[in-house]
Amino acid sequence: MTTVTFAQALNAALRDALAEDENVLVFGEDVGTLGGVFRITDGLTTQFGEDRCFDTPLAEAGIAGFAVGLAMEGFRPVVEMQFDAFGYPAFEQVVSHVAKMRNRTRGRLTVPMVIRIPYAGGIGGVEHHCDSSEGYYAHTAGLHVVAPAIPADAYSLLREAIASPDPVVFLEPKVSYWSKAELDLPTRTEPFGRAAVRREGSDVTIVTYGPQLPTALKAAEVAAAEEDWDVEVVDLRTIVPFDDETVAASVRKTGRCVVLSEAQGFAGVGAEVAARVSERCFHSLAAPVLRVSGLDIPYPPPMLEHTHLPGVDRILDTIARLQWDDEPDTTHLVAETREQVGS
Amino acid sequence: MTTDVQHLLPCAEPVRFLDETGTLVDDAPGEQARERGYAMPNLSDLTAVWRQMVIGRRFDAQATALTKQGRLAVYPSSRGQDACQVAPVLALQQHDWLFPTYRDSVALVSRGVDPVEVLTLLRGSWHCGYDPVATRTAPQCTPLATQSVHAAGAAYGMARRGTDGIALCFIGDGATSEGDFHEGLNFAAVFEAPAIFFVQNNKYAISVPLAKQTRAPALAYKGVGYGVRSEQVDGNDPAAVLAVTRAAYQHARSGGGPFLVEAHTYRLEAHTNADDATRYRQPDEVTQWAGRDPIVRLQAYLLAEGQIDDAAIEEVRAQAEEQAADLRARMNAEPVLEPLSLLEHVYAEPTPQLREQAQLVAQEISLHEGAQEVGG
Repeated sequence: MTTVTFAQALNAALRDALAEDENVLVFGEDVGTLGGVFRITDGLTTQFGEDRCFDTPLAEAGIAGFAVGLAMEGFRPVVEMQFDAFGYPAFEQVVSHVAKMRNRTRGRLTVPMVIRIPYAGGIGGVEHHCDSSEGYYAHTAGLHVVAPAIPADAYSLLREAIASPDPVVFLEPKVSYWSKAELDLPTRTEPFGRAAVRREGSDVTIVTYGPQLPTALKAAEVAAAEEDWDVEVVDLRTIVPFDDETVAASVRKTGRCVVLSEAQGFAGVGAEVAARVSERCFHSLAAPVLRVSGLDIPYPPPMLEHTHLPGVDRILDTIARLQWDDEPDTTHLVAETREQVGS
Repeated sequence: MTTDVQHLLPCAEPVRFLDETGTLVDDAPGEQARERGYAMPNLSDLTAVWRQMVIGRRFDAQATALTKQGRLAVYPSSRGQDACQVAPVLALQQHDWLFPTYRDSVALVSRGVDPVEVLTLLRGSWHCGYDPVATRTAPQCTPLATQSVHAAGAAYGMARRGTDGIALCFIGDGATSEGDFHEGLNFAAVFEAPAIFFVQNNKYAISVPLAKQTRAPALAYKGVGYGVRSEQVDGNDPAAVLAVTRAAYQHARSGGGPFLVEAHTYRLEAHTNADDATRYRQPDEVTQWAGRDPIVRLQAYLLAEGQIDDAAIEEVRAQAEEQAADLRARMNAEPVLEPLSLLEHVYAEPTPQLREQAQLVAQEISLHEGAQEVGG
């Protein structure tokens, strides 16, 4: 076992995929000589040549559309959008072509590719460098949306993404790039569509993914130490496909559920998860499913980032509202809020 | 260091061999065009173009009629653009990729794609009705200019594979304002991809005239900024269209990189059957362009050259009629709809959620059918 960072695991996955399949091409902005602004493609051009890992003109729609054409010729493009919010120019290509090509041609033409996106916040990035864009992609039928949270998954899910017959939006939590694990590479974890129970518990389930897993685990430790709550933490790993089974089994066991995501909450992935849990586990629930999310605001400037991002306190406060004493949660009763404001 | 841009720029005037009466222009196609290797195609190749234009126009008229009868949801006609629809496509090889737009149904028919499968999109029983891989023809593209970057990618892919394949990308005048057109040109240039961007400048983007679209002297001037060789051609002169596209293909096939062609033509019909062109253009203008008909022009030339006679014209007319009748008969049959395949082709393997929804739909269908049987 060696110490491997999340970034190194991704780099190894790209390296191994390039070595294994000559159709794999890695390209994007600054991914060649520089090795990417986060160094995820470090050394790939040196090892495999500019033919296999190369810089492109600075145009994200062009990158995604170029990948469509190359996929039509049987290549396996793995492209990088330099930052989440820089990926939006490619949105039309992703939504109108990448996601739909299989469907509109009844499976005759497919464009498997991986769109890697350094994603979400927590790194002090200035404007347009941190966005939680998973909701846009998860809402688009035809895309797999993957959000690894640990180095082993970073490697294994990226390998699976590159081998997938479908296009994959691969969301890499920037905040996790420098996280470490003791690991032997190559490694194989559970496939797409399987959530993982990262911490077993009996009182409440936190469902989360990507950048918020470490916060969820920290909150679980504090909850155990300070409140005697035994928190189970479920890591979705892939948002699409979604693992209803594992999530529902956990919530049925604990009877309480908090859905944790970094993205703004309104109409987001967290809302979808909360709805699915409510639909499936109603009779097992001792309290309504609650969401912990970022605020419904444009991504804040770095010095105010901590106000936006869910932290241990916001999670524990939410768990506290899960009707432990059989008292209804009045937080969202408008009349009462008005009364409080008026008093 | 000086950069020679002259060789990238189009000829000062659109390349032309045949005038509006089908007479060979004096000293055609002019010195500059001749230096660029645009050679008058031989009579046999021109006959093939003429024949296919006649068949294509009959198809176009039939599709318009089918729309009026409610058999198609909508049909964007390319009448008047026949030379652009046919000549560049006939000059393709089988392993080349074609990237058509929604207005290029005649081009697809010219490529040999089954006309019923061509019209699937506009009939609305599915999106793309033909097999893009077997026909080397991408699905007809509606989001404007987005196919430009696909063409650049596919062309680069073919070059990487060591084939001499090229990608022909059709695009309209309005779509040259879209960012993807520029990204397509730029990517193709940077990667020296054998892509041909063929702009059918039919003067209107639905209702917006070219003057409101661009201040460029001609759309062909948009290539030079990307280092892409460019040309403009009389799009209603089938001989010129064939000559220029052939030279462009040769340029791309031999490793010269991409090529931009602007064909000056005209959309004689409205944008689609749902559009009213009298709201934005004068009848005089349409009449003027109707007098530059590419089929009339080439037919007159071939007759004068003794290449075809009245019997040949009648034979092609009959063939076009026969194909239109076949199309009519097949389009008048109700299409087979496959609701469950909506869910089958979202991913290689349906997700558990899609499987649940497929069950739901299957149940809805069987309940509906049951109710119909009970109702007698």
